[in-house]
Amino acid sequence: MDLTFSPKEIAFRDELRAGLADNQPDAEPSDGGEDAHYTWRRDWQRRLYDAGWAAPAWPTEYGGRGASLTESAIYFEEIGRARVPMAANVLGLLLGGPTLMVWGTDEQKERYLPPILSAEEIWCQGFSEPDAGSDLASLKTRAVKDGEEWVVTGQKVWTSGAQYSKWCMLVARSDNEAAKHKGLTYFLMDMEQDAVQVRPLRQITGEAEFNELFIEEARIPDANVVGGVGNGWKVALTTLMNERAGLGFALQIRLRQLLDDLIAKAAERGVLEQFGDALAELHVRCESIRLLAWKGLTDVERYGQPGPEGSLVKWLWSDTNQRLTQLAVDIVGPEALTSGESWSYELLRARGNTIEGGTTEVLKNIVAERVLGLPRLKVAT
Amino acid sequence: MDFGLTDDQRDIQRTARDLLGERAKPERVRAHAESRRMDSELWRELCELGWPGIAIAEEHGGGGLGSIELGILCEELGRSLAPVPFLPSAMAAAVIEHGGSSEQCERFLPGLASGETIGALGSAVDGVADFVVGAGEAQLLVLVEDDGSARVVSAQEADVGPLASIDPTRSAARVELSSADAGEELADGCVGLGRALVAVSSELVGVCDRALAMTVDYVKERKQFGVPVGSYQAVSHRCAQMLLDTEKARSTAAFAAWTADADPGSLAEAAAMAKAAASEAGREVTAAAIQMHGGIGFTWEADVHWLYKRAQIDAVLLGGAGRHRARLASILADRVSADATA
Repeated sequence: MDLTFSPKEIAFRDELRAGLADNQPDAEPSDGGEDAHYTWRRDWQRRLYDAGWAAPAWPTEYGGRGASLTESAIYFEEIGRARVPMAANVLGLLLGGPTLMVWGTDEQKERYLPPILSAEEIWCQGFSEPDAGSDLASLKTRAVKDGEEWVVTGQKVWTSGAQYSKWCMLVARSDNEAAKHKGLTYFLMDMEQDAVQVRPLRQITGEAEFNELFIEEARIPDANVVGGVGNGWKVALTTLMNERAGLGFALQIRLRQLLDDLIAKAAERGVLEQFGDALAELHVRCESIRLLAWKGLTDVERYGQPGPEGSLVKWLWSDTNQRLTQLAVDIVGPEALTSGESWSYELLRARGNTIEGGTTEVLKNIVAERVLGLPRLKVAT
Repeated sequence: MDFGLTDDQRDIQRTARDLLGERAKPERVRAHAESRRMDSELWRELCELGWPGIAIAEEHGGGGLGSIELGILCEELGRSLAPVPFLPSAMAAAVIEHGGSSEQCERFLPGLASGETIGALGSAVDGVADFVVGAGEAQLLVLVEDDGSARVVSAQEADVGPLASIDPTRSAARVELSSADAGEELADGCVGLGRALVAVSSELVGVCDRALAMTVDYVKERKQFGVPVGSYQAVSHRCAQMLLDTEKARSTAAFAAWTADADPGSLAEAAAMAKAAASEAGREVTAAAIQMHGGIGFTWEADVHWLYKRAQIDAVLLGGAGRHRARLASILADRVSADATA
């Protein structure tokens, strides 16, 4: 056990810190809504790209730095610590790019990877459907072969950034006869066609991070199939695995900062002692999350694949963020419940944490079945 | 950054697990518990293997290894519930080694390292410790006070009143110094307490781990309504929660053990965190183990209750979760005021 960074990792961190100090995002726009916010994050990604820091985990041949897993985790910790925004094309950088690196053809990698990195082409993720949430493999969006093309019809939901995206990572049913998981194919769908309509989905915070996609006979060339026809489930799993790996570190730091803010607030209001027990419990949880995230990384470095233990981190993080934002209402007082106040936003946004990226209930199933080896209750498929 | 054990540490873990799997089988533990006797034969064997001195410096007759290795043994002993005075004695040794003068170390540690002397450690108020585990057989008692001072006395210099604790795998007693100046003060007080907290937290991790393993085995086998009860989410999700609690305790205990040797300046915080997490986990996980066993879990024969009883005692040892969270809260408050003045 050695919980210190190597000299190489420290050098990486210091270079990154210097890079972030030299390259700051513009001030967050106070008006202009979603569009202004998106432009701000896109400009920020371009600045990171020019400085060579858009995706350090990508191999050097694709414009990254070939950063190790630990360095990649350091990257997200530092991005969180510097309180700079996430790059606009976060889904392309963290999910789409790495998925193509595993499953894409040489032509696909050459064509699609560079504009992901430079934010020229934004990516979105078309997995969930109104009737296929936790049970993703039951999705119904159809893809029918027509000559050199596929014709796609269906509906997707929870598609963040769809209105700004050029490409959609789309999983559709290409074979109705095959078994549930076997009839799926992974496509790259051009969003710039009339057959794809994007409708913003207003969420409980009042804003619209996500969208619904209405797809009516959209056309996708055969060359845009990723990983082969009928192999969509496996390719989608690669995307989902990547979803949890990197982001966890940024979220963990964000949680830490919120807790530090809350402790400072409690001190300012003279109620630190009154809420000491609850704040200390959150401190223990935050530290556990950090330690479990690093432990998970060690496992990946030793055994290759990320284990299902990653589910524990996401579960604990989401639950802790909800507790923290709820406690904030007691510490900050009723002003934490007024619109436009950051604590009220955090409180409402946190409700999504235990649903997005795998509901807590599904995570418990994963832990029970895949970590503890408990039998699975037979359900209709 | 590497969270794993070294090959040597893994060897210690494997050897300990194999040995205790052989020498501290449930029926043997039960027999000793029912007669409220320590397992002297096993204790002699562990002493011959050098277990009691594993973390004591070589110059004082120990193995010269660190808190991580000590934690590994505590975890394995927790898993087996072996009725030996290892934890109390190791905790007493840690407090003496890190708070005692070199002369005191020289005098007390060799006996504790070889196991010839059995030690025990307790929290006291003005020389009275209401509940000291292992004090039944200890020859050397270390009492730590809230003001940070620590006193070492021989059992002859104290009134030791045996208590029938709910956990008969380990003795307990009320200890009162026979006079205010009985024994001697440790030169640097209780600075070694953090290491003792790591040791008891590690033991709790072992207790949790075993409780979870027994529960998982049981709910896979036990059938109701024609299916294993473990296939019901009401049961499987509780098991998942047991794992989460155990892993929180495990990661914070491992971190504190590492901190003890690599970054002792941060040990007070890391140890408080570990003990808070382990105390909570110990109670929750062993209680869930009884519940998930159903009626059988409430019986004497099922053995789950021994884990629950050990967890109850360990959870309050050297302060429960609430006390350690209060300690953390004051560390956090100090940090805020330091930031404010910086």
